[in-house]
Amino acid sequence: MAYSKKVVDKFENTINEPAKYNVGRFDPKDMDIGTGMVGAPACGDVMKLQIKCEQHGNTHVIKDVKFKTYGCGSAIASSSELVEMLLGKTLEEAKEIKNIDIVEALELPPIKIHCSVLAEDSIKQAIEDYEQKQ
Amino acid sequence: MSTDINLPIYLDYASTTPVDPRVAKKISDHLTLDGNFGNPASRSHKFGWKAEESVEEARSHVANLVGCDPREIVWTSGATEANNLAIKGIANFYHEKGKHIITSKIEHKAVLDACRQLEREGFEVTYLDPTEGGLITTSLIDSVVRDDTVLISIMHINNELGTVNNLHEIGSYAREKGIFFHVDAAQSTGKIEINLSELPVDLMSFSAHKTYGPKGIGALFVSRKPRVRIEAQMHGGGHERGMRSGTLPTHQIVGMGEAFRIAKEEMFADKKKIEALHKKFYDSVSKIEEIYVNGDIKNKVSNILNISFAYVEGESLIMALKDIAVSSGSACTSASLEPSYVLRALGRKDELASSSIRFSFGRFTTDEDIEYTLSLINHAVERLRELSPLWEMYLDGIDLDTVDWQTH
Repeated sequence: MAYSKKVVDKFENTINEPAKYNVGRFDPKDMDIGTGMVGAPACGDVMKLQIKCEQHGNTHVIKDVKFKTYGCGSAIASSSELVEMLLGKTLEEAKEIKNIDIVEALELPPIKIHCSVLAEDSIKQAIEDYEQKQ
Repeated sequence: MSTDINLPIYLDYASTTPVDPRVAKKISDHLTLDGNFGNPASRSHKFGWKAEESVEEARSHVANLVGCDPREIVWTSGATEANNLAIKGIANFYHEKGKHIITSKIEHKAVLDACRQLEREGFEVTYLDPTEGGLITTSLIDSVVRDDTVLISIMHINNELGTVNNLHEIGSYAREKGIFFHVDAAQSTGKIEINLSELPVDLMSFSAHKTYGPKGIGALFVSRKPRVRIEAQMHGGGHERGMRSGTLPTHQIVGMGEAFRIAKEEMFADKKKIEALHKKFYDSVSKIEEIYVNGDIKNKVSNILNISFAYVEGESLIMALKDIAVSSGSACTSASLEPSYVLRALGRKDELASSSIRFSFGRFTTDEDIEYTLSLINHAVERLRELSPLWEMYLDGIDLDTVDWQTH
């Protein structure tokens, strides 16, 4: 397993201090919550990402994020990295986040790039879910 | 928790074992000018004679552990070569007798891949699905046997599960049908008694490095009564009665001999100790909710324990257990994670297969190692489940099979 130190640190910090690293859940029925869940157990990873947003004028801002991830170390680190990127962003800004940003931030090896793709999918889906509720 | 514990803790003995210091000493006595370094095939001087003497003594130790005649032992580079020599050797020698081979889906790759090669050469191979508990029974074999079946190749102890097949039953069946029976026993030596003078087995593969010997050396038992013939796969100077050419690596051979001599002497004590470690480990780990033992627990050796921790992915668990050296049934090396083919053959769902870990204990495993490992497992499983959306769904009473997953 050719993990970068960044992946290992992110993974360990996340499992050792779940609350600090936004592990948890919101009620998906709440109107200010957008939920995205991607992946499948049979494929070895499932990411669930929830954003809590607030309307500021014409835009919506991500005030809080919760996530849970089942998957390998890079999948968990990728979700955790994404969460940090999302906090405080407007939805427009959040939509601009691409998987390559996560790959670069964590120095993911090529065989783990799918973890970052999954993370990008999860935020897209969460935003879509939130926008449908508005 | 002991503070002077040596980290990381090695619990991967089924993958390889450290060389016993007594074996290492023996090996180093057979390398240098002042040692026994000669070519055992040299007939014209004392160096050769002395080396040959050591090789034959080692051969006797191996034969003694498994209850056969030393003349039935052929040195190979390991169990992989022994498996290849047995399977291809029989198929090539007796190809006019039949073109059909029976093996199982949970054999080691050395058996499976040798069979695949024979398929390319025109043989037909049936790969049996094991029982849910990971065993191969005579009734499974009987359901696929053909008039032209020439060989049955079934492992003794499965390397991932530790399950033990009944060699007496399968062998008797094979004898009755006039089919050759090969057994991959790489995991067996020193763990379970083998008496080839009573077992109806024609060929058996052994490895040194799973039994505290060096890597790169193994052996194939080739029965003399009844006489079994194989076609050589390595040609050259006609060593090992023409079955395997190549200068014998004296130092590795004496290493294997010493390792097997010790195994014979200490098997009972090793076994008793490891059974106690297994009990301690299992009693504690089985208190964790939603864990599944892979392989029939009533039919397995105690040095291997394969467990699926449901709703936790195997690779992340291994990463969380970074001070413990274990191996995972999953190999997340590509976009689609590939769970172990052995666990899949048992009919385990992919997610259970990919949450599996194989723990294997050995001669140098201590009580403290087990206690430390248990505390780490409890902590890691709890933390990873807290992080797992699947665990959350399980607690909410959602059946994961009914969820419409977005596979990618």
